[in-house]
Amino acid sequence: MALKVPCPNCGWRPSTEFAWGGELRAIDAPDAESDFARVFLPANVAGPQEERWFHLLGCRRWLTMTRDTTTNELG
Amino acid sequence: MTGLLRHRTYLPARELRRAYDVVIVGGGVNGLSLAYHLAAEHGIRDVAVLERAYIGSGGSGRNTQVLRANYNTPETVPLYAASLARYRGLSQELGFNVQFSTEGELDLCHTEDSLQVEREKSALNRALGVQTDILGPDEILEVCPLVDLSGGGELPVIGASYHPPGSFARHDAVVWGFAQAAARRGVDIHQGVVVTGVQVDDHTCVGVETSAGPVSAGHVVSAVAGWSTQLAAMAGVRLPIVTHLLQAFVTEPYRPVLRGLVSSMDLTIYVSQTTRGELLAGAEIVPYSTFSTRSTFEFLSEAARRSILILPFMAEARAMRQWGGSCDMTPDSSPILGPTPVDAFSVMAGMGTWGFKGAPIFGATMADSIATGRVPDLIAPFALSRFREDRMVPDAASAGTH
Repeated sequence: MALKVPCPNCGWRPSTEFAWGGELRAIDAPDAESDFARVFLPANVAGPQEERWFHLLGCRRWLTMTRDTTTNELG
Repeated sequence: MTGLLRHRTYLPARELRRAYDVVIVGGGVNGLSLAYHLAAEHGIRDVAVLERAYIGSGGSGRNTQVLRANYNTPETVPLYAASLARYRGLSQELGFNVQFSTEGELDLCHTEDSLQVEREKSALNRALGVQTDILGPDEILEVCPLVDLSGGGELPVIGASYHPPGSFARHDAVVWGFAQAAARRGVDIHQGVVVTGVQVDDHTCVGVETSAGPVSAGHVVSAVAGWSTQLAAMAGVRLPIVTHLLQAFVTEPYRPVLRGLVSSMDLTIYVSQTTRGELLAGAEIVPYSTFSTRSTFEFLSEAARRSILILPFMAEARAMRQWGGSCDMTPDSSPILGPTPVDAFSVMAGMGTWGFKGAPIFGATMADSIATGRVPDLIAPFALSRFREDRMVPDAASAGTH
């Protein structure tokens, strides 16, 4: 099955319309170490992952969703 | 010489001991190459390879068997050239036929931008002693008369780069060859043993926890490709890696029609014919992270469409099988080889889409590093510390697909 992404504006659309924005990474502290970790050290979770998607070929808005990276099922 | 055509080679059954000099986690081509080189080149034989499933069950048995040295940075070209040189003599060295054959690689360009990337790559490769030539349309047809220069009427081919040393080797045979040669020298290879933890005592790795009990080790090496972040996290080490899916499909077998690898740099598609006659095609990684290795119909239809644009005869071929494998992608599309902030814990990670190509040299240089405590010059640029030091080795343009 193709991965479908729930866009709050456009409804369920194929993931090929979107740009994947990576896992959601909190800005926890305004320092260089935290910046480095946020850019370079993803958790790369095997399991439910909160992640960002950009509806590039649609409404061009960002959304956050939870997907299990071992099955690609949405939570 | 033993090999695939003579008989299957089975590993000797040995009991898992409670302590080893070196424990390698991951029985793929890189973990086994490291084990072989530790034993063969450094006499370090008290080595265990712990494999969760069966050897070669991950990316090592799922890649598309492409070997080449036409990379895009002054650091990666010598690394993969050294690997290709080792592959040339690998059947003789291991006493196992890995079905190595040099057939050339043709990378088609449909835009001036991609041709410019290839021109620069060619200049860099030649400066480093690797043959990569720029071809015009007529010369492309001399190398491969089957190419449709009109690009299916959609994307005319304006030029190409041609890498005559481009080669193939049977990936399962390379795994079995390294495993057999390592086992013959005393290395223990344990299949079906799951590593569940890494023991760290005062910033020094001292062993692993496994489904078959604890095992202490003088040095632990992670060679688990797609699962690198998970294993490193057990030792308290974070890696700049995101796991993606790379897919491929093969057609039913046909008589030999296609020699070498034909790819399109703009369409990100590549096609070759295996020694069994199947036409083998692959494309780029799936853009979002996933640990699922399930292949998709979208990939099959899109890869088939693209392959027909450059090689029209593909329209007549019947797809037979498709699959996927996990790729541990780094921010710069180059591997991570060497020590970590935890003493006695090293990684062969960031194997991405290039782990099979590098296996002989990755294993040899990592064995040097572990045996001598000094990182060889060839892999020094690929240290984990490069991300913090802002010294990345950006190679996405040449490493992204095959």
